[in-house]
Amino acid sequence: MIEVRDLWKGFGPQPVLRGTCLRIEKGEAVVIIGRSGGGKSVLLKHLIALLQPDRGQVLVEGQDLCCLDERQLLQVRRKFGMLFQMAALFDSLTVYENVSFVLQRERRHTEAQMRKLVAEALEMVELRGIEGKKPGELSGGMRKRVGLARAIIYRPEILLYDEPTTGLDPVAGARIDQLIHRVWEQLHVTSIAVTHDMASARRISKRILMLNEGVIYADGPSADILSSTDPVVHNFVNGIVPADSQSFA
Amino acid sequence: MVVPILQQRVRYLFSELGELAHIAGEAIRSLRHQRPSWRDFVEQLHFIGVKSQSVVITTGAATGMVLCAQTYFQFHKVKMDTATGAVVSVGMCSELGPVLACLMIAGRVGAAMAAELGTMKVTEQIDALRTLATHPVDYLVVPRLLAATVAAPLLTAEAVAVGIFASWMVGAHLLGIDSAYYVANMNRYTAPADVVTGLIKATLFGAAIAVISCYKGLSCQQGAEGVGKATTEAVVYSSITVLVANFFLTLFLTRLFKG
Ligand SMILES: Nc1ncnc2c1ncn2[C@@H]1O[C@H](COP(=O)(O)OP(=O)(O)OP(=O)(O)O)[C@@H](O)[C@H]1O
Ligand SMILES: [Mg+2]
Repeated sequence: MIEVRDLWKGFGPQPVLRGTCLRIEKGEAVVIIGRSGGGKSVLLKHLIALLQPDRGQVLVEGQDLCCLDERQLLQVRRKFGMLFQMAALFDSLTVYENVSFVLQRERRHTEAQMRKLVAEALEMVELRGIEGKKPGELSGGMRKRVGLARAIIYRPEILLYDEPTTGLDPVAGARIDQLIHRVWEQLHVTSIAVTHDMASARRISKRILMLNEGVIYADGPSADILSSTDPVVHNFVNGIVPADSQSFA
Repeated sequence: MVVPILQQRVRYLFSELGELAHIAGEAIRSLRHQRPSWRDFVEQLHFIGVKSQSVVITTGAATGMVLCAQTYFQFHKVKMDTATGAVVSVGMCSELGPVLACLMIAGRVGAAMAAELGTMKVTEQIDALRTLATHPVDYLVVPRLLAATVAAPLLTAEAVAVGIFASWMVGAHLLGIDSAYYVANMNRYTAPADVVTGLIKATLFGAAIAVISCYKGLSCQQGAEGVGKATTEAVVYSSITVLVANFFLTLFLTRLFKG
């Protein structure tokens, strides 16, 4: 269970989150939508305590993350897997070393077991036989899928995906959506994704939260949000530019 | 006008020192609680130690040779030619060896550490590390700190040895000082304390360079510009630390060893 209470965060003079509140139950599949630059990535990073709030609380299973120091946070973070918007692979390590990173650090598996687990994880994201490559030799979409393999291999309980399908072709995108759905269904994880892609949101979520002006503006079952008649939600979901504001504000 | 700026500077200096102490403390905490990765340590040791050979040898030899020549020219006037070796050896062991070798290490290794960690920071790799339940200090700082602490005194010892040998070549073969007296005086006036002083200094300098450079990398600002700035600052601060700390260490260690 994840709960965010009155979360405020700004960078310099610019406020990004302005009193965001949300609650996600264990085992839910949630998508967060919102405008580019609206603070979705920032919100996601607060859930795993990569950023510290200016004000407010983030609770993971009742534990307030703001009271923990970096070492205590490591224990909490072990429950999480995160796919970064830019994949954030370790570029001095090979794909194999990237994907097996947590396993290598935990030293609970033999080399042979790790090879097998990595091969399976790469198989899941439809990348075979690229273990020896460096991230620099991969395309953007491939990197993202390696990032996904790295996040799911150690079986976290909560998965955070920051735009898992942007930069992929439609077919690969749909496959990743299927994978996210399958991971949610079979491994009983809590799945929290950020996306701009409404088709993808429909496929991977049961519930959609819309972040607007730094607060959760709309929250409800996916179907309701996607067919909402609220002008802000409707315009966003259908990509309509309101007649009175043609510029990005 | 001047006072607020000065205040701001002083506050900045102290906050930087606080952060440095924090990283160093975290590294010590990490060492107490878990075994660092042997492989990462060896990799860093290779990078810092083996790949600095040419730089360190050149520095040692050049310093030894020029120190010998200059000392000889002055001492020759008062007919103390054979004392040249003693001056070179004491100077190299306790001051010039550690300072110059560590300045070269700060330039070569400090810059590389700050640039590597800084790039990792701006490409979110440090954040990724944290999400993978790994403390950046455990994984990145500790192996570098250990490797630098081990490598710096070894490289210094090498620079000193090369420097003394080069000075003997210049003194005995080029300037015509009597080789036997040169060596005898050198041995007579160089105390074990001089050698130990140099090695202690180098060890501390190595640790300081690693902590400063890693801190600068980890606190790097956004973008290519941030990495550039972090790299420059790592080298500048490490070098200044070596020079300033050297003075105080000289006072302190001399007191300690010579009463
Ligand atoms: N580290 C940072 N320093 C300063 N400003 C930041 C930082 N991270 C994010 N911001 C600012 O916060 C705002 C929200 O950024 P964020 O990355 O969360 O947007 P987003 O909703 O994920 O957008 P996108 O959909 O394009 O990824 C942006 O205006 C950005 O300028
Ligand atoms: Mg984003």
